[in-house]
Amino acid sequence: MPSITASGLVVALGGTSILSGVELNVAAGEWLNIIGPNGAGKTTLLRSLLGTIDHEGRIEIGGFELDKPQDRARVLAYVPQSPVIPPGMYVVDYVMLGRTPHRGIFARDTDTDVEVAIDVLSRLDLAGFAEREVRSLSGGERQRVVLARALAQQADVLLLDEPTTALDLGHQQDVLDLVDGLRRERGLTVIATLHDLTLAARYGDRIALLADGRIVKSGAPTEVLTADVIAEHFGANVRIINEPDGPVIVPASPERIRR
Amino acid sequence: MTIEPARLRAGTLAAGFAVLLVAVVAGLGLGPVGIAPQAVLYALVDALPGVSADSGLSSIHEAIVQEVRLPRVVLGLLVGATLSVSGAAYQGAFRNPLVDPYLLGVAAGAGLGATIAITQNLGDGSGFTDLVPLSAFAGALFAVALSYGAGYIGGRSTASLVLAGVAVASFLTACQTYVLQANSDAFREVYSWILGRVATSGWSEPLLLLPYFVVAVAVMLRYRRALDILAVGDEEAQALGIDPRRVRIHVVVAASLGAAAAVSVSGLIGFVGIIVPHVVRLSFGTSYRVLIPLSILFGGAFMVLADLAARTLVEPAELPIGVVTAFLGAPFFVVVLRMSRREVW
Repeated sequence: MPSITASGLVVALGGTSILSGVELNVAAGEWLNIIGPNGAGKTTLLRSLLGTIDHEGRIEIGGFELDKPQDRARVLAYVPQSPVIPPGMYVVDYVMLGRTPHRGIFARDTDTDVEVAIDVLSRLDLAGFAEREVRSLSGGERQRVVLARALAQQADVLLLDEPTTALDLGHQQDVLDLVDGLRRERGLTVIATLHDLTLAARYGDRIALLADGRIVKSGAPTEVLTADVIAEHFGANVRIINEPDGPVIVPASPERIRR
Repeated sequence: MTIEPARLRAGTLAAGFAVLLVAVVAGLGLGPVGIAPQAVLYALVDALPGVSADSGLSSIHEAIVQEVRLPRVVLGLLVGATLSVSGAAYQGAFRNPLVDPYLLGVAAGAGLGATIAITQNLGDGSGFTDLVPLSAFAGALFAVALSYGAGYIGGRSTASLVLAGVAVASFLTACQTYVLQANSDAFREVYSWILGRVATSGWSEPLLLLPYFVVAVAVMLRYRRALDILAVGDEEAQALGIDPRRVRIHVVVAASLGAAAAVSVSGLIGFVGIIVPHVVRLSFGTSYRVLIPLSILFGGAFMVLADLAARTLVEPAELPIGVVTAFLGAPFFVVVLRMSRREVW
């Protein structure tokens, strides 16, 4: 099970600095939630870990720098915020795409590839959808299918970019509960970006706050999610209610608007 | 319940070959001299090296099948198959349904090359030594290289490559128009070249095209699974461990080479590269594992039948094949579009 270390991570896109020296340590088997205001560079951080954008700095996964895309894809599985769903593609074929890092691009599917895909489909209660087109599914079903593709990669690290956007409350919980269950079952390391701070506090072990291109605060939810920190970095006026299972972040009465 | 990933099923492949065989037999048997399908099949087997079969035909009729019609049918098959599979591959590489193999200027470049050769009287119509197809081929490859160069300057994205292709095509078409205006006596000959034909003088045209066909088709078949991965976009494809730019350039170079060779022997036959892949998608699904092989078979069959129509509809005159592919192809496409319930793009 690999840990992930990023040091001195710098990314500039089109001349604009997005990340300016990110330091990140994620232990094997840990679930880290990355929070931050819009434009803080959360997605960019995930993309640099994935290796899909140019970056400076050092990224080690399980102690190794993995330069070849195929090597990374065997260790890191990615669930994008808005996945591209190809028209006419069936659920089973979409999930089979997750086997690419193992199969290579020229070889035909092996029996193992098919077995893994079927196993993942049944684990995520998607067996009945296998012959449906991905585009014909609802948002919640679709999110599970994309997760299934990531699991078919049999990677030890799951990178989730806003996995709950576009889902209603029940489906948000379903997806995150599912990830939590899979993490325990398969010993996955999870790095997720989340907008909903209460959800970020409820799921996962640790929260890292990304702002101005750096990780400005990292630790247990109660340490990171304070009214002052949120006011400073999100420009939001909130009240924190500390519940036994984590802090709840609620907007304060709208003084800010009246003022 | 069994769950099976997309693949080309034996029955579908057999159906593709059957359609192609029917088209070939019709192409060989129909014309001013009608020859029965059974005799055509025997003559076809007899034409294979080292095999002899008695077709029961007179030597003149056998010569019509083997020496007049067969090279032409084979050329039509190769041209149609190449243009269709190149169109399918381009659509996959650019993830765009409206793309055809002429996107990066293959047609405009070939048109300019052919126009220069024709206006300079370089053409001798003699097959292997004829400079018109050679010049067209050079023009087509030049256009693709120019598009890639311009697209690279424009920022290496797929969109900038597409736009560069549009610019290069317009530029070369303007050059071609200028050359033609300056040599208006060649107007008729150039115009007839542009409208396309699959006429042959013996086996030289099919043999010219064959090596490019083999290479281009082999590359595109090899990349059929990669094109399915590319369908999720560059970023996700990269996250799945492949290099999308590399896949794209290999596929596009192979498809352009094939298309360039096809248009240089047959002229600018339009529509095939768009219509055939879409008919296959609507009928058999969108996976490139199925689409690439079937585009070859159905593209070949479609062109053989279009050429049959081109040479028989207004006998003894011939229609330009580019007119036939669009005139018959467009309504046929609308019917398929109407009948299919699939969402393919």
